[in-house]
Amino acid sequence: MAQTRFSAGRRDILRILGTGAAASALPFGIGLAGAADKLVVGVIYVGPRDDFGYNQAQAQAVAVLKKMPGVKVVEEEKVPETVAVQKTMEAMINQDKATLIFATSFGYFDPHVLKMAEKYPNVRFAHCGGLWTAGKHPKNVGSFFGYIDECQYLDGIAAASASKSKKLGFIAAKPIPQVLRNINAFLLGARSVDPKATVKVIFTGDWSLPVKEAEAANSLIDQGVDVLTCHVDSPKVIVETAERRGVYSCGYHASQAKLAPKGYLTGAEWDWQTPYTQIVKATLDGKPMINFLRGGLKDGFVKPSSFGPAVSADAKKKSEAVKAAMLKGDFPIFKGPLLDNTGKTVIPAGKVLGQQDPLLESMNYLVDGVIGQV
Amino acid sequence: MSETTDGLAFGSLALALLGGALRVSTPFLFVSLGECITEKSGRINLGLEGTLVLGAMGGYGIALLTGSPWLGVLAAGLCGVLMGLLHGALCSLPKVNDIAVGIALMLFGTGLAFFLGKPLIQPQAPMLPSVELGAWSDSEQLRSALRINVLLPLGLALAGLLHWGFRSSRWGLALRLVGDNAAAARALGYPVVPIRIGATAAGGFLAGVGGAFLSLYYPGSWNEGLSSGQGLMAVALVIFARWSPLRCALAALLFGAAGALGPALQSQGITAGYYLFNAAPYVLTLALMAASWTPGQTLAGAPGELSFTQR
Amino acid sequence: MDAAMNRAMRAVAPLAPFTAAALAAALLFAAFLAAQGFEAPEALGLVVEGAFGSAFAWQNTLARAAPLMLTALCVALPARAGLVIIGGEGALALGALAAAMVPSLTAGWPALPVQLLMALAGFVAGGAWIAASAWLRHVRGINETISSLLLSYIGIALFNFLVEGVLRDPASLNKPSTPPLPDAVLIGQLPGLEVHWGLVWGALACAAAWFLLRRTVFGFSVGVVGGNARAALMAGLPVGTLLIAACFLGGGAAGVAGMLEVAAVHGSANASLLAGYGYAGILVSFAARHNPLGIVAGAILVGGIGASGSLLQRRLDLPDAAVLVLQGTLFVALLAFETLNRKGTRRV
Repeated sequence: MAQTRFSAGRRDILRILGTGAAASALPFGIGLAGAADKLVVGVIYVGPRDDFGYNQAQAQAVAVLKKMPGVKVVEEEKVPETVAVQKTMEAMINQDKATLIFATSFGYFDPHVLKMAEKYPNVRFAHCGGLWTAGKHPKNVGSFFGYIDECQYLDGIAAASASKSKKLGFIAAKPIPQVLRNINAFLLGARSVDPKATVKVIFTGDWSLPVKEAEAANSLIDQGVDVLTCHVDSPKVIVETAERRGVYSCGYHASQAKLAPKGYLTGAEWDWQTPYTQIVKATLDGKPMINFLRGGLKDGFVKPSSFGPAVSADAKKKSEAVKAAMLKGDFPIFKGPLLDNTGKTVIPAGKVLGQQDPLLESMNYLVDGVIGQV
Repeated sequence: MSETTDGLAFGSLALALLGGALRVSTPFLFVSLGECITEKSGRINLGLEGTLVLGAMGGYGIALLTGSPWLGVLAAGLCGVLMGLLHGALCSLPKVNDIAVGIALMLFGTGLAFFLGKPLIQPQAPMLPSVELGAWSDSEQLRSALRINVLLPLGLALAGLLHWGFRSSRWGLALRLVGDNAAAARALGYPVVPIRIGATAAGGFLAGVGGAFLSLYYPGSWNEGLSSGQGLMAVALVIFARWSPLRCALAALLFGAAGALGPALQSQGITAGYYLFNAAPYVLTLALMAASWTPGQTLAGAPGELSFTQR
Repeated sequence: MDAAMNRAMRAVAPLAPFTAAALAAALLFAAFLAAQGFEAPEALGLVVEGAFGSAFAWQNTLARAAPLMLTALCVALPARAGLVIIGGEGALALGALAAAMVPSLTAGWPALPVQLLMALAGFVAGGAWIAASAWLRHVRGINETISSLLLSYIGIALFNFLVEGVLRDPASLNKPSTPPLPDAVLIGQLPGLEVHWGLVWGALACAAAWFLLRRTVFGFSVGVVGGNARAALMAGLPVGTLLIAACFLGGGAAGVAGMLEVAAVHGSANASLLAGYGYAGILVSFAARHNPLGIVAGAILVGGIGASGSLLQRRLDLPDAAVLVLQGTLFVALLAFETLNRKGTRRV
């Protein structure tokens, strides 16, 4: 495949020379035709769009936007969280006339999105994961996120039911609140099936480190762990390693079911098209920017992967029962009495934290039963 | 967490490090052996990171296309040969700097691999098979530690062969002469430039094969974060190994084991300070280099024509 | 008339290899895209438009170029002394971290001294990290290329360990960061432009480095060491001190790049600022043949390619890696066409 790359025909070269001159005569106005009457939506990803994980989940929702009438989408992937993302947002606004921008990586929010939102008050900025605060953040910014810990809890039920050793493994990038909440929910789900179940955690230190993730998976399996799940940008390597070693896995971000036809139990998936279409519709209808948008299973922001063949009928029944309660909106995951894994009470007896509780967005502990340190 | 204190856990940590060394070291081994051949001829190719990544992508693509992972390994090696020929040819032009071209080719190879590899992120290619060296044991951990890929013993054998060849074979002597003193080699009638280009192409082949190991065995998939600088590190390891193939093999195994330290400790419940544990291989390498130095032997073993030694 | 012609020709002559290389790279890149079924001519037009086609494009380019000028100096200054340093990313990280710590220690001070102190802290931290490589080489004989790479990885690990550990602002929830800088000490944009002051700092640093290397005794001595260390020793030059000084200055430049990322872009030190500027600087410096003035041009070129890549993705649906291919092709071509240059070049 390498030999054909450099073969340019004479005609190609002539064409290139010809248009090079034409392009320099007309520096502006390429590709703007037809954009004036449509809402131009810019989408920015931090990684590759087809990563079997975080970015793919966003791209799946963007695919839905592309089919909406009156909407034109421009996309850019692998944009780092530096001055580059500020310039990309500005370029989308100036060069493509975008008036709504989805900035999909957490690290884009402060300072980059906030800076651009102040400079362009007529452009809307929707950010994934941030915590928009009234009075502190501009009105043309909104943050959306999902309560994916609900699916992690369901994963925990399936994992503890399938596990023989009752040792579960969780490979995570960094000990930040969104990750800790997932680990804790996974453990609480597992303990609802077996109160002796434990979750071992390995932090790799960054969002995409395939070799380290595979090494972490192997170390955990060597320690007797027989179900793996994770919170990294692309779970592909972890799910594949689990399958090769003959242990079970639960997915994250998107479905990895086809990577592990035998051992994939279920997974926690985003369903971003719900918030994406809500925000785009509000913009099309000229309604104010939705500044704070959160939702769980009930709101269609997250969904579990369909069960794999290794999930028992009993586990399915338990999981479906909890899911039904979650769909009705009366299943709080975090309630007292709850101890962290150093023995300290983190939620006193009698106190129940609803999913919307802001306390949960600043979680800084691992609950009792998780082996690891924050 | 209390299990870390007893001897059993220590044994299991040692086993984890052994397993890690056997799993992780192969790409380091192949890239550093390849660079060793190139540098022996008097050229430095700093761009093997790009070759590694391109080999990983090309190998994965061909394995997917043909259904044969071994054809993938071959294709990865050929990608490496092409990159090596390009480097070798460009650096044979007068006034072209080999280190600089290497750095530019690192970018070029990586870019090419990422560009052409976009459609390969999703599909699953057939993997290289593993060899069960631990079938005799009934410890699952030992069995898994000794489940290796055939490329590893091949690489180790190659290290031995190169060690012998550099010293005792005709081509080894020619290579070393070209690398140590080009004028003398020319006087003796050796074709200096073709030998250097050949050595760079051979180095590229091995680096490409190292890349195929990453995508076709461990971790065994193609994505853009696959290498995270392993090729660059492996090139640096050649200096650490003072241009000896056997020491390259040792350095690769050591680097693999040290790299397994972080995850192994965490799986045993020691999770504080994982950034520092993950940096252990680098600290260890630096400490070993500082400790193994003897006065007056700054570049002992270095080929005399390397730009490193030209000052 | 003829004399004037001749002089003009001689002034333009060094540009000939560059022009030839740029053309060759453009043709190769276009051929590559055409072979992949992309609109190659339009892509080339967009590269020019996205990098230099409008006032906005220029600002986009310059904003991306600013940090590269400083990180390239981290390669160029040691190179003058004959050292190949590739660990600028670690120096940038530690410079950023040191600078981010200053405001919390100088509460109540006016902005300017705090900013200067931040720059100094970044300079010293980055400088010390690279100087360590020179020192290790001088006293323990460790090759500086490998030690700077190892130290860079160690520095980044330290950075992450501290930012997510003791130096973390507890309020930085999902993006572990050091405490935010007070608004007063943030470094703003150039008047009337959307480019921060780092661009001016970078260009001035390159000019200063050029003056230092080409017009001072120190620069001359460093050059002698780089040319032939043994001869330098014979001539009684303090080789170790000169090596360490050149590396300290280079590392310092990378450290200041880190300080500027903190003060002009991120507002605190966090993992987002480790975006590979240190590695990109290696390429810029080598492409500029370690000439500090050439570095300014090289950084603008890399910045421009980055800016145009953004446009290529949005207009033509080209993969992000297209700019890597273009950059790689361009730099390979630039280095290959060196061979046409009539003046001799340095080996390192």
